[in-house]
Amino acid sequence: MSEKSWKEIPIGGKILEAGNAREYKTGGWKTFRPEIDRSECINCLFCWLYCPDMAVTHDPVKNETAVNYEYCKGCGICEQVCPKKCIKMVKEER
Amino acid sequence: MMSKQKITALAGTGAASEAMRQINPDVVAAYPITPQTEIVMKFSEFVGDGKVDTEMIPVESEHSAMSACVGASAAGARTMTATSANGLALMWEIVYIAASQRLPIVMPVVNRALSGPINIHCDHSDTMGTRESGWIQIYCENGQEVYDNVICAIRIAENKKVLLPVMVMQDGFITSHALERVSINEDADVRKFVGEYKPEFPLLDIDKPVTYGPLDLFDYYFEHKRQQSDALTRVPKVIDEVYAEYKKLSGREYRRIETYKADGAELAVIALNSTVGTAKDVVDELREKGVKAGVVFPRMIRPFPGEELGEILSKFKAVAVLDRSESFSSQGGPLFCEVKAALYETNPRPLMMNGIYGLGGREINPEQIMGVFDDLGKAAKAGKIAEKVKYIGVRD
Repeated sequence: MSEKSWKEIPIGGKILEAGNAREYKTGGWKTFRPEIDRSECINCLFCWLYCPDMAVTHDPVKNETAVNYEYCKGCGICEQVCPKKCIKMVKEER
Repeated sequence: MMSKQKITALAGTGAASEAMRQINPDVVAAYPITPQTEIVMKFSEFVGDGKVDTEMIPVESEHSAMSACVGASAAGARTMTATSANGLALMWEIVYIAASQRLPIVMPVVNRALSGPINIHCDHSDTMGTRESGWIQIYCENGQEVYDNVICAIRIAENKKVLLPVMVMQDGFITSHALERVSINEDADVRKFVGEYKPEFPLLDIDKPVTYGPLDLFDYYFEHKRQQSDALTRVPKVIDEVYAEYKKLSGREYRRIETYKADGAELAVIALNSTVGTAKDVVDELREKGVKAGVVFPRMIRPFPGEELGEILSKFKAVAVLDRSESFSSQGGPLFCEVKAALYETNPRPLMMNGIYGLGGREINPEQIMGVFDDLGKAAKAGKIAEKVKYIGVRD
């Protein structure tokens, strides 16, 4: 985010563009990241269903389940619910 | 062109509600509290009788009153409320939010002592506490000033260079419940003067969606506070313009700092609201006796007119600031501390003393103010103040 001077921003803390939450990445604070072992994954979508932040994505064409790390908070629920035990929480490298 | 004036008998509360009737705001959300109650009571009669088009929101507390005002103002409505003392204290959290969201809400405040011990009478502890909330503060000597300044406040608040809420003060009971002659403009002229409200970022404009009140952390909060400070620096010029235009409408002239017989004065008192009237009478009497006495009334307390006040005060030998509230700083009342701070860069500086008086509605009489001028005279002669902070009218 480019940080602007007080002379350049709308007054009163207002945001004048709609839908701006899309630009706000909230995945920056996780300590552990889920990693899916694709050779084991059966794309059952349990992790997709249980993710509290809708940060698990599924590509129906490739039938491929993945994690959107820009929004994943690293809570580990996906690891817990995975029936194949193929999701591992790995320490986030910074 | 000057508006045809009608002289009526109004109490201070009636003067405020009469101004509100003529302004015809879109929304009024308020809760009754002594001694403000009659402002909103009278105004709700206007709503009930169809004399205004206002959406009146009777709420369950002042916290809700100011919250509803914030919502209404953000939606794009010209919004007003009124309160006193503990009501203002209950609003506190939202009072700051109204200013920081830059919502031009106008609120007549009837000054009353804050609890405790519980008391319903006049002092300035309520609004003195809100000086740091970001609202513009205008104090009024009598009902006429209340009427005129409530009308002017709309124009000041809504000015695009300002966009800040305004409080307009009057003394509880002393002004609020005393019938006085108040000269009223024609309805149509007031409506024209305040004009149609064109909100800057209304929430109800669905073609231009706006977010109000998002989380604002260490990355931008400071910038938004800096904007607020900047907006307040533009207020004096805007007030001067509005007062000049209002003079053409009403024939009545207002200044941010009112002075009375200050030219050539050596001794002066600084006071707010109704005490200014009492002090003027005392000065008349002293002038007849040949004492060079004057009164200074800094009507606009936020933003504080420090430099101009310094310039006026530098001409005096000794000055007493009369505070109708305590700051508990052990350095005197709030007004005294601010005036003294403003004088730091002034040369020459007058001798300064503080009189704390009238707490909880304790009467202040001309003899007591005469006593203050007595002290000032002695101090000027001796070249020093005998007692820096004096409690006037308390039983020792």
